[in-house]
Amino acid sequence: MIAFWQWIHALIPWFDGAIATIVIILIKAIALVMPLMLVVAYFTYAERKVIGYMQLRVGPNRVGPKGWLQPIADALKLMTKEIIFPSKANIYLFLLAPVLAIAPAIAIWAVIPFDEGMYVANLDISLLYVLAIGSVGVYGIILAGWASNSKYPLLGALRSASLLVSYEIVIGFALVTVVMIAGSVNLNDIVMAQKGSILNWYWIPLFPMMIIFFISALVETNRAPFDVVEGESEIVGGTHVEYSGMTFAVFFLAEYANMIFMAVLAVILFFGGWHSPFEGIAYLEAGFAWVPGIIWLLAKSTFFMFLYLWIRATFPRFRYDQIMRLSWKVFLPWTIVWIFVVALMTQLKIGPWF
Amino acid sequence: MSFDQILFYVFSFWFIAASLAMIFSRNAAKAVLFLILAFFSAASIWILLEAEFLAITLILVYVGAVMVLFLFVIKMLNIDKSSLRAKFASYLPLGLIVAAIIAAEMALVLGNNQFGLEMMAAPARHAADYSNITVLALQLYTDYVYPFELAAVLLLIAIIAAITLVHRNEGNRKTQNIAEQVSVKAKDRVYLVSITTPNKEGK
Repeated sequence: MIAFWQWIHALIPWFDGAIATIVIILIKAIALVMPLMLVVAYFTYAERKVIGYMQLRVGPNRVGPKGWLQPIADALKLMTKEIIFPSKANIYLFLLAPVLAIAPAIAIWAVIPFDEGMYVANLDISLLYVLAIGSVGVYGIILAGWASNSKYPLLGALRSASLLVSYEIVIGFALVTVVMIAGSVNLNDIVMAQKGSILNWYWIPLFPMMIIFFISALVETNRAPFDVVEGESEIVGGTHVEYSGMTFAVFFLAEYANMIFMAVLAVILFFGGWHSPFEGIAYLEAGFAWVPGIIWLLAKSTFFMFLYLWIRATFPRFRYDQIMRLSWKVFLPWTIVWIFVVALMTQLKIGPWF
Repeated sequence: MSFDQILFYVFSFWFIAASLAMIFSRNAAKAVLFLILAFFSAASIWILLEAEFLAITLILVYVGAVMVLFLFVIKMLNIDKSSLRAKFASYLPLGLIVAAIIAAEMALVLGNNQFGLEMMAAPARHAADYSNITVLALQLYTDYVYPFELAAVLLLIAIIAAITLVHRNEGNRKTQNIAEQVSVKAKDRVYLVSITTPNKEGK
């Protein structure tokens, strides 16, 4: 890699210093965002197919072979549709809201390590960065509800704001246990600390935390069965009732980018990130050594992404107060108890994790 | 000008511009958004100063939680602008005096006499492996562990006090028995009755 940059530098002498830094970061960002948007598009297709088969339908199958071009057609449709502004809506804030929803959803990907040394930024505090940027995403929803000048979006925004703020606390506490075991808030170091074998991954000592984290991730990304923010049967479409065309598509992209992010984060924190599940097993480790780490990371994340769809097709929607109760009276005590359990395990050096 | 300096001036410009815009904005929601922009600019400047833990905490706590609640309250309030404007003239002289005193005090305390480059040299840059959060944690949990724990206990007391204040009128509350709600069976809510329906002839 360094030799490559030296070669570039020899070729274009002025390509150095600040300009080179900015250009390299831009190239990395594009290399991250382009595949991400493609995955989002095909995740929506997968969602419709998976839920279709779970409900004994076939899902989209008309555009292209087996419906593979359906997300492209959807994107074209949304792009060519008219954007309608509600009367007396605050136009600036109305247009700012989707931007505030998508910007953190993409920015948060910067610190994800996809493989050893494969990241946009290796922050010393990347887990805190994830929490901080993740908490900014709520503004998109609140502003959308407020700026639309409409009843349903306002109700949706109120629900969402209170849910997101309460579940952020739960996620924060669940992540504290991970930090306690790994001894670092750097995602790279957290993955490196899980090296060894499948038994070294944190899903064993932190099993309840993993479940709490995943359920909280469902709430944070407004997914069924916690999608009261846009509960169709109660408040039509929640915050994005008044959005049409591309402005709606941007909210949609943000939501799915967040879902995929939460799946990848769950893998990094609890399932060994890019490490192969066959590590430490006599012949399988050598046999699968050629598989790049990013493949393992994506394969494990795909399972969690499938879990999102499976859960959506299985469970009925929770009532709002039940979700609140789950957060404050069930999850929060569990996470606090588990912090003490982890502290004890650290002191007594139980298992291969410490 | 180095790249760091360019970044510093860019962030400072946005910091000052957003703060001014926040004060002069007439729409409360826009004012909150400008304040958030000011917080982000301040966090960026802190990152330039190698205080990344503080910067991230600023975003996490203030932007992620406190300002959300601010926006929440503003949405719920129906602010009557005309009544606010009516008292503007009567408050203006007092406000100007207070503002002038605060500005003078800040100029005295934060001016070049105390924080100029002659008084405080620019801090030396740390190496790339310098971990701000590790240094901070070591200080916090060794030298300052008692103040830190005391602050935590104080916050806990505040939480308990707030909950007790809310829960004073015990008799006046409507609560749900969740266990009862969860354990409800279909039979408790709906019971089916078989009725013999008359056929076409009415028999």
